[in-house]
This record gives sequence, structure tokens and C-alpha cells, in this order.
Amino acid sequence: MTEHRDYAGGKLGMWLFLFTEILLFGGLFLLYAAYLHRYPADFNAGGKQLDVVLGAANTVILITSSFTVAASITALRLGETTRCLWLLAATVALALGFLVNKFFEWSAKFGHGIYPGSEHLMRLPPGENLFFGLYYAMTGLHGLHVLIGATLLTVTAALVRRGRVTQGNFGLLENAGLYWHLVDLVWIFLFPLFYLIA
Amino acid sequence: MDHGNVDGLGFLASAPGRGGLLSWIGSTDHKRIGLLYMGCIVFMFFCGSILGMILRLKLMTPGSTLVGPQTYNAMFTLHGVIMIFLVVIPSIPASLGNILLPLQIGAEDVSFPRLNLFSWWLYVLGAVLALVSIFTGTGAPDTGWTFYVPFSERTTTNVSMAVTAVTILGFSSILTGLNFVTTIHRLRAPGMTWTRLPLFVWSLYATAWIQVLATPILGITLALVFAERVLHLGLFDPGRGGDPLLYQHLFWIYSHPAVYIMVLPAMGVISDIIPVFARKNIFGYKMIAFSSLAIAFAGSLVWAHHMFTSGMSDTAVLVFSFLTFIVAIPSAIKVFNWVSTLYKGSISVDPPLLFSLGFIFMFSVGGLTGLVQGSAGTDIHVHDTYFIVGHFHYVIFGGTGLGLFAALHFWLPKIFGRMYDKTVAKLSFWIILAGMNLLYFPMFILGLEGLPRRYYDYLPKYAHGQMLSTVGSWILAVGLVMMFANLYRGIRRGPLAGDNPWGAATLEWTTSSPPPADNFATEPVVTRGPYDFRGVARRD
Amino acid sequence: MSDAQNDAGSHPLSYRFLAGIWAALLALTALTISVARVDLGFFNVVVALGIASLKSALVIFFFMHLKYENRTIKTMVLVAFVVLAICIGLTFSDVGFRR
Repeated sequence: MTEHRDYAGGKLGMWLFLFTEILLFGGLFLLYAAYLHRYPADFNAGGKQLDVVLGAANTVILITSSFTVAASITALRLGETTRCLWLLAATVALALGFLVNKFFEWSAKFGHGIYPGSEHLMRLPPGENLFFGLYYAMTGLHGLHVLIGATLLTVTAALVRRGRVTQGNFGLLENAGLYWHLVDLVWIFLFPLFYLIA
Repeated sequence: MDHGNVDGLGFLASAPGRGGLLSWIGSTDHKRIGLLYMGCIVFMFFCGSILGMILRLKLMTPGSTLVGPQTYNAMFTLHGVIMIFLVVIPSIPASLGNILLPLQIGAEDVSFPRLNLFSWWLYVLGAVLALVSIFTGTGAPDTGWTFYVPFSERTTTNVSMAVTAVTILGFSSILTGLNFVTTIHRLRAPGMTWTRLPLFVWSLYATAWIQVLATPILGITLALVFAERVLHLGLFDPGRGGDPLLYQHLFWIYSHPAVYIMVLPAMGVISDIIPVFARKNIFGYKMIAFSSLAIAFAGSLVWAHHMFTSGMSDTAVLVFSFLTFIVAIPSAIKVFNWVSTLYKGSISVDPPLLFSLGFIFMFSVGGLTGLVQGSAGTDIHVHDTYFIVGHFHYVIFGGTGLGLFAALHFWLPKIFGRMYDKTVAKLSFWIILAGMNLLYFPMFILGLEGLPRRYYDYLPKYAHGQMLSTVGSWILAVGLVMMFANLYRGIRRGPLAGDNPWGAATLEWTTSSPPPADNFATEPVVTRGPYDFRGVARRD
Repeated sequence: MSDAQNDAGSHPLSYRFLAGIWAALLALTALTISVARVDLGFFNVVVALGIASLKSALVIFFFMHLKYENRTIKTMVLVAFVVLAICIGLTFSDVGFRR
């Protein structure tokens, strides 16, 4: 088969894939909206137990990583491969920072007996139980996406290094970047919904 | 590019030194992938049909016969899961869509051939998991194909594996849709404008959008059922503040549009077949194309009409009942346009046309009985009765099933280069049609008389209807065996069909039968519409 | 390869411009945190989601380059979000009116 490269087709396919991701999270946002409507006070009480500082730190981390990945595309297109690689390394480092932060946040919650199906949660009012159920489902699924995105960016960086993704053929980097921005996008909504609603 | 046509076998022949199983299950050729799908789908259809036959046999007489209640529950669940997720949803798009879409738009392949192969592998993985879930754990799933909570969270049967399987099948479907949308946007041959696309392509386009936008909701919903069972999040657990109705909302947000994933491609098939056998341009091309998109869109607004008796708010019942009637409009547009195309046409009654007419009849019965359930008042009477079972099988088996059979009779000569016996094909059609109606029509009456669906046993007063229905299932089975045997004989030993046996005007008929590995000897340039029969002759 | 260059169209966004977007996103984050400390009742949710939408618009249009894409992709993005909004909105015809 002839190897032909369809740059615009690849990008279109990536956008379509992002739509499926948006609707995947969309199902959870629907649940969040319905339960917030039913238990506003409980959600408020649940939100007060989350650490705004940790949440805000992770927001800044993800926004910054979104900037570095966007800049890495500019670098590659300008032919500055070394700078592109450094920016990608920074992005992956920020992603790992996000996950470490998340790890400490979850461990602290587990330490307080707040984890799915725990005795402590069973005793809480129903709305708070749902709040934390959604918290784990949504930040968990998002964390999984951070992991996948970081892996994708690492692979792309390796291909940039080997000269397979280049100034004239930057489609893959652009698509990996799109995926990473989506991860950021979801967090932009998760942050206020869980940490600031209180 | 002569390597494609070894011995006139086209893409079916392997390149020298690269034969065997691996040249199929590792192939990125859309036509081979399509045939892989077709093989799997026919096999799963066979499994699902056997289950259905056993169910009918059990229900033939009242009382505890043949299988126990738990087995019965598992069997109707599996019949549903297999038929919906493994047969009907991938049926036309993944098999024939894969084979025909690039041919019809004059492309060499789909946009992402490797992704296409990957999605077939996902399908196989999902199918294997679904089958394994029957024999492992503490028993086959017994929830019905809808996996309603809270029962699906509490039953000890192997629901976790079944929902994993369905989620994986969902992703397979998403990737096919993504591939098709991109292909239609990017790989049309020169001159293949949007208004020159065959209507089958339009229907695949509309279907692909539903696959991309609705399927993820099913994925997350079933993932949540899995999480509920394993992690006890309590999101749908009424004992802990959760709302089981929200599960039903999420489930139907996917599963109602899913019935349009099932039926839209069949409508596309019918729109392609009817002009060929009426030797006339399709009536209202733009309206049919537009109505596919309209069905896809309006179909996503009506999901909660499955929940009129579930305890939703009255406002929601009103809203969804109203919206449901809107979907009837684009569907009716299609039916009127098909009939108008036949009007004053030069009709030749070949097997593909017969199956298409069967589709229109069955689909109309199914569609009109759908309106009975769409209006909230009458739905309360027929909800969860055999009326629903009858309606659903008229639309999906009578509609999509006959649409698929029409497509097989129309395009198999193109794909394999050989023709089946037309007389046997027509005979099998009439047997299938008679069997279907005898099988499903009594269900309407049983339902109106109040027989609930899914029940293991029933009162003696329903015995006559149940008996008729079971006899219908035998007639249908005879017709199906006859049809598949005839098609199989045809593709193995039938006479050579030639490039264009029906005198059709769409692009796939301009290449050889079977098509070469890269579809066209030279890149086609399109200069006219898909149903312009001037200068195109039938073979006989 | 020539295909890529033709389709890519616009020039890459400058570092300075991207940094500007980054700064705006950080400023909006600070804003949303400080507004959350004021009790506005139900409007807290509205304001929080309003700011989040603004932030996501910045990410989508500039970081994700949507502003410079063709109309096909723009329309598709709109359709995806509209479908999601409809799903949530129509569900509220039930959960919003349940007795």
C-alpha cells in the first residue's frame, strides 16, 4: 500500500476523538448536575472538606503544561528542535507533578476514612456520599487521562528526537497537544465544581 | 497495479508468498476487514438466533418447560446482548459499510486503515469476553440487555464481565464511526461532491456521527455500573442517595440513538437499491440525505420515551412524548420518497428489490406501532408487554435484518464476483417474510391483551398466540437457512456475475468484481450523480 | 509533506502570544478563587462556571488553534457541545420537575 499522509484528515480524526472524550466526561457532568440540583447543601459541605490550595496548585500546573505543549509546537515549526524537546520534557514533568499532588490529596482523604464504599461515607448524609463518589469517579478518570496524555507526549518526544516528527511533519505533535489540552479543559471545569462550590 | 487481480480474484487473492490466516486478520484492506466483520456477524447472528429459537420453544406452552427460570433469564439477556451489540449495531456499517464506503466515494481505503483493523480486534475481544461471561463467574448475566440498576449492581451473576465486553464493543463502534466521518470528508474522488454521494454513504455519515457522539455515554455508564459493583461508589444506589432513574437516562441517551445506528444504514441500502430496479433517478435525493441527518439529530432528543412508566416527572413525559413524534417525520419522508421512486418506474423484481420492499412493509408496521408507544397515554397500557417485543422486532429484524439481506443480495456479486440462484433467493424471501409476520404479529395482540414481556410463565389464555408465534419462528428459521445456503453456494460456485450485473450507476460497479486490492485501476473522476442511469445497461 | 504545509495554513503562534494566553488563564484562576470566597448563593455556581467557560474558550480557540481552523471543524465542535448541552438540559426536564 502506498504511504500517504493526510495532515488535515489526521487532525479531523483527532478532533472527533476528542468529542468522544468530551461526551465520556459529559455523562459524569450530567450526574454531577442532577445531584447538585438535588443536594445543594450536602455538596457544599463536601466541597468544604477538599483542599483549595492543592486544587489551585494543580490548576496552575495544568495550565502551565498546556502553555508549554502549545509552545513546543511553535518551537518545532520554527525548527528549534532542542527547545521543543525541553518544552515537552517540562510538560511531562508537570504532568507527573500533577499526579504526585493528586496522590497526596487522595491519600489524605483515604486517611480520613473517605474512600469509595467506606464506613465513614456510609454514615454521611446521602448528598455528601454522592459528592465523594463523583469526586473519585471524575478525578480518577481525569487522572487516568493525565497518565495517558503524559505517555503520549513522551512517545511523541522520542519521535521528535529521532527525527520522525519534524518541522515539515508535525501532525503527531499537534494531535498529542490537542489531547493534552483536552485534559486541561476537563480540569478547568472539575476544579470549580469540586473545590470552589463550597 | 496489476498485482490486485490474480486469476480474477481481486482482493480475495493473496499477494504471492503472503497467504494464510494472517493475511486476513492482519490486513488493513477495508474490504478484507469488512469481510472479517461479516463472518463474525453471521456467526453471532447464528448464535443469537439459536437462543431466540430455544426461548420461543420454551414459551410455546404455558408452565415450566424445557429450561428453568434462571436459565431463561440468562438466555433472553444473552439473546439481547448478542443480537444488539454483536450483530445489529455493527451489522451493516462495519461489514458492508467498510467494504463499500471507499468504493462508493472512489477512495483507495478508509482514512485510518490500521485503526480500522484495531477496531475489528476490539470487536473480537468484546465478543470473546461476552461469550466467556456466560461460562465463568457465578452464572450468565440475567439482567436483560439493558443492565438496569439497582438489580445489575446486586445480582451475583457475571454482569461485571458483560458490561466490560459491551464497553469495549462500544469503543470498536466509536472508532469505526470516527474513521467513516474522516473518510467521507477527506477522501472523496475528484468530482464526488456532497450531492453526488450515494445515499448509502449519506446514511453511513449520519450513523457515524451517532456512533461518535452517543456511544461514549454508554461507555461511561457501563463503566460506572462496573465501578458500582467493584468499588461501591453508590452513584445509582437509592439506599445511599443515588437515583436509579439517572442510570436509565444515561443508558437511553445512548441506546435510543443506537436504534438509529441500527436502522439508518439499512435505509441507506434501500435508497441505493430501489432506483436501480426501477431504472429511475431517486425521488427527492436531497430530502432523503437531509432526513438521515434529521433522524440522527432528532433521534438524540427522544430517549426518555423508554421511561414513561419509570416515575419521571410529568413535564419530562410531556416533553419526550412530543419530541418522539418529530422523529416520525423524517422517517416518513424516506418511505414516501421510496414509493415515489417506484411510481412509473421500469421495475424488475429481483431479490434485492424484493427484500427492500419487505423492509418498507415491515419497517412501516414497526414504525407505526412505535407511535402507539410514543404517545404517553397509550404507552402506559402497552409498556413492558409483548407489544414492545413485537414492535422492536418488526423494526430491527424486519427493518435492519431485511435491509442487511437486501444488501447482501445486491452487493455479494460485486464482492465475490459470483451470482447466487435468484429463484431460490426469491422463494427464501417469501418464507422469511411469512415466518417473521407469523412470529411477531401475534405479539401485538398478546401485548394488548396484557401479557408482560420477559416473564417465565403465562396464563393459559395466551397459549394460542404463543403457539402461533413459535410456529412462526420455525418457518423463519427454514427461510434463513435456505437464504444463507443459497448465498454461500452462490459465492462458492455460482456463475460469474460480471462487473455490473444490475446496471447500477454508483462507482463501485465501475471496477471489477471482485474489486482489485487498491479498488480502482485508475483514480475515478466523477461527472454525474449516483442514480443517473443514462448509458448504463443491465447485464441480461 | 507539501500537503502538510498547504493545509497548515497560518504561521505558528508566537511564544509571546501563547504566554499572554497563559497569563490570562492564570489571572482567571485567581479571579475564580477569590470570587468563590464571597457568598453569592446560587450565583457562585453561575460565576464559577462562567469563568470556567471563558478559560476553556481561551484554551480551545488559541492553544487548540480552533480560531484558525476551517469552518467544518468549528461547526463540528459546536455540534458536540450542543449535543452535550441538550443531553443535560433535557434530563433536567425530569430531575428539575420531579415531585
